[in-house]
Amino acid sequence: MSITVIVPTILRPLTNQQKQIHIGGTKVSEAIDQLEQQYPGIKAKLVTEGAAHRFINIYVNDHDIRFQNGLSTCLQDGDILTILPAVAGGSRI
Amino acid sequence: MLTIHYKLINAMISQALSDHPIETCGIIAGPAGSSLPLRLIPMKNIAQSEIFFKFDPQQQLCVWKEMEARNEEPIVIYHSHTGSQAYPSRADIELAMEPQAHYVIIPTIHLNQEEVRSFRIIDQMVIEEKIRIVRQYQPELELQMVA
Repeated sequence: MSITVIVPTILRPLTNQQKQIHIGGTKVSEAIDQLEQQYPGIKAKLVTEGAAHRFINIYVNDHDIRFQNGLSTCLQDGDILTILPAVAGGSRI
Repeated sequence: MLTIHYKLINAMISQALSDHPIETCGIIAGPAGSSLPLRLIPMKNIAQSEIFFKFDPQQQLCVWKEMEARNEEPIVIYHSHTGSQAYPSRADIELAMEPQAHYVIIPTIHLNQEEVRSFRIIDQMVIEEKIRIVRQYQPELELQMVA
């Protein structure tokens, strides 16, 4: 079971500057837990109160997990899990 | 300092005015590490709000993958403020995730080229920078420009 995780620039200080990481897991949440074991601190950047952070986009093979099963989205061997910080802002606050 | 072609400035202003009062947004991609804005890519503001913007996540993935394939990065990340001055809001600062990017804000009230402002936002620190608007790039770069 091998999942390729694509790490965005902003999180690379936590992954020894690695852009791609190969990891296991049958669900997105498991893959994130495994990432956390190898690169402590990364989970807090991705997950808030049991759900993906509102301003972090996580995709499995180009599909936004918000429109699948969130962190419970299943993974299969060879899947690509892409993490992208949302680009957002505005004059609201 | 942000050095940028006047056609790219005009394209951002034109998009911002066209979307007003909804906040507009987009990026200008360029070669990674170059600080040279070349390809303007308008992004869909999925919030469709007068006070907030968020790139459409599906379009963002598509654009980011294309930049990766072309060895590019977002040199400029721009959006408009449609009812306030061109200075980063608290949301702009907290959500700025691209330390190498020039964050450009276009105010759609009292607008002229001088009102467009650019900032670096690193670790929630805001530094305003000068914008140098140029009439031309080198000829081979002008050919690659999308404005």
